[in-house]
Amino acid sequence: MVKQVKIKAENIDFYYGKHQTLKNINLQLYTNRVTAIIGPSGCGKSTFLRLINRMNELVPHSRVSGRILFDGLNIFDPKVDPVQIRRRAGMVFQKPNPFPKSIYENISYGLEVNNMTDKRYIEEKVIDSLKKSALWNEVKDRLKDSALRLSGGQQQRLCIARCLAVEPEVILFDEPCASLDPISTGKIEELILELKQDYTIVIVTHNMQQAARVADYTAFFLLGEMIEYSDTQHIFTAPHDPRTEAYITGRFG
Amino acid sequence: MKINIKEKIYKWIFTVFAFASLLFLVGITVILVKESLPLFQKIKFMDFFFGKLWYPTYDPPEFGIFPLISASFWIMLGALFICVPLGIGSALYLNELAGFQQKAILKPVIEILAGIPSIVYGFFGMAILSPFLQKTFHLSTGLCALSASIVLGIMATPTICSLADDALSYVPQSFREASFAVGADRWQTLTRVIIPAAGSGISTAIILGMSRIIGETMTVLMVSGGAAVMLKSFFDPVRPMTAAIAAEMGESPMGSDHYHALFAIALILFGLTFILNIVAELISRRFRIKLGMSR
Repeated sequence: MVKQVKIKAENIDFYYGKHQTLKNINLQLYTNRVTAIIGPSGCGKSTFLRLINRMNELVPHSRVSGRILFDGLNIFDPKVDPVQIRRRAGMVFQKPNPFPKSIYENISYGLEVNNMTDKRYIEEKVIDSLKKSALWNEVKDRLKDSALRLSGGQQQRLCIARCLAVEPEVILFDEPCASLDPISTGKIEELILELKQDYTIVIVTHNMQQAARVADYTAFFLLGEMIEYSDTQHIFTAPHDPRTEAYITGRFG
Repeated sequence: MKINIKEKIYKWIFTVFAFASLLFLVGITVILVKESLPLFQKIKFMDFFFGKLWYPTYDPPEFGIFPLISASFWIMLGALFICVPLGIGSALYLNELAGFQQKAILKPVIEILAGIPSIVYGFFGMAILSPFLQKTFHLSTGLCALSASIVLGIMATPTICSLADDALSYVPQSFREASFAVGADRWQTLTRVIIPAAGSGISTAIILGMSRIIGETMTVLMVSGGAAVMLKSFFDPVRPMTAAIAAEMGESPMGSDHYHALFAIALILFGLTFILNIVAELISRRFRIKLGMSR
């Protein structure tokens, strides 16, 4: 398959107040590929991820310059509605954050807020999303139960199902396994590899092994700058920059 | 050895402090019950509670407090029509729409409003609101259930606003983000995620507001008009339970039936607020569990 550019970041600078947290980021994300962003805490990797679905603008005193092109459309264009962008770029958060509603309602919510009213379509979509997120067999008999009764790993897969239901093109994973045990982590990683057939995936992670396991491409961020970006194998075996090498070999981080 | 004794003394002192309020609660309950019991040896509780005539100083006296209870109830209901929309509306504004700077000004202002002594509200009701109502609706007196409702409604607004604001701010930011992330707009997020999540916290706020309204004395004494008869409309002067106790305690001979009857009213009032507070506590406990917060 020929690789296609899905998202292109150009000269991205980002500020919280006076503090600049991203410095001139240029990065391309490819369709049906998994791109990992790694780097130590505070390097700006989550900030960058949250720019792609315009989530950062909920933070007061933040400012961005540069462009992010989503299939060629500049998402920061004043004419672009952030709600549309968020629908096209779904997000899975660091800590599982299901709504305090039932399992079913957690997924149907996204459809309803996007003006789906056909009950049968919604029901099919809920089931379909639960199957895709490999949660169906565990919850099919208790869709009306509160989502908060699920285990952490199940909650995170529910959040993935919630995200899939609205049919995004891109899925942004913000350290999705940071609060999960190794078995749940394994399931999520398997899922990411399956989802890549249909979606463009970006995953921010602290865990370098995780990046090596799931990602086709890896970007290394440090103190707001992108130090290196290439295919994953290359980054982990023959990094160009001494700082990348120092990080992946565990000399800091 | 010396330190050990010192620590024990400290521990005792603070234990006494901690249990003092429990002691007061028990003491108040005991005295209320003890002082109201003599009345119920003379008249039945049901006659007292549902009796429609309150003529404590007539001969023979009538001790039916239903007019007082219904006055309290209707005034509370009227007040809720004002303080619930105002209080919750302003809490929603503070949380969702007011920027950081506006909130920094508005929140303290609302809290100051909560701290104004009730007599000041009473003055406002007597000197400005009642004459205004009297003129507008051509009433024989502006001191009526409606003016009491309005003043109490304004008084309870900051209580409800402040508590509802707390409830809303306990809703984790992650719920908001999750909702935005699936493409919900602000309004959908507010009505379908944030308000339901804060719902029981908001109901706690309303119940505590009710408790505040029903126990308020000075204001209703000044503006409700004082007639201990069943109200037919909101424009009638009424005498709620608290006002009856405050107005009549001074003129009832100690140990008389009237005296005991006032204690019995206080007991009922105490029971009502007690129940309201328990309900509020139970709901807010569920609220914290729902949001994944431990006690």
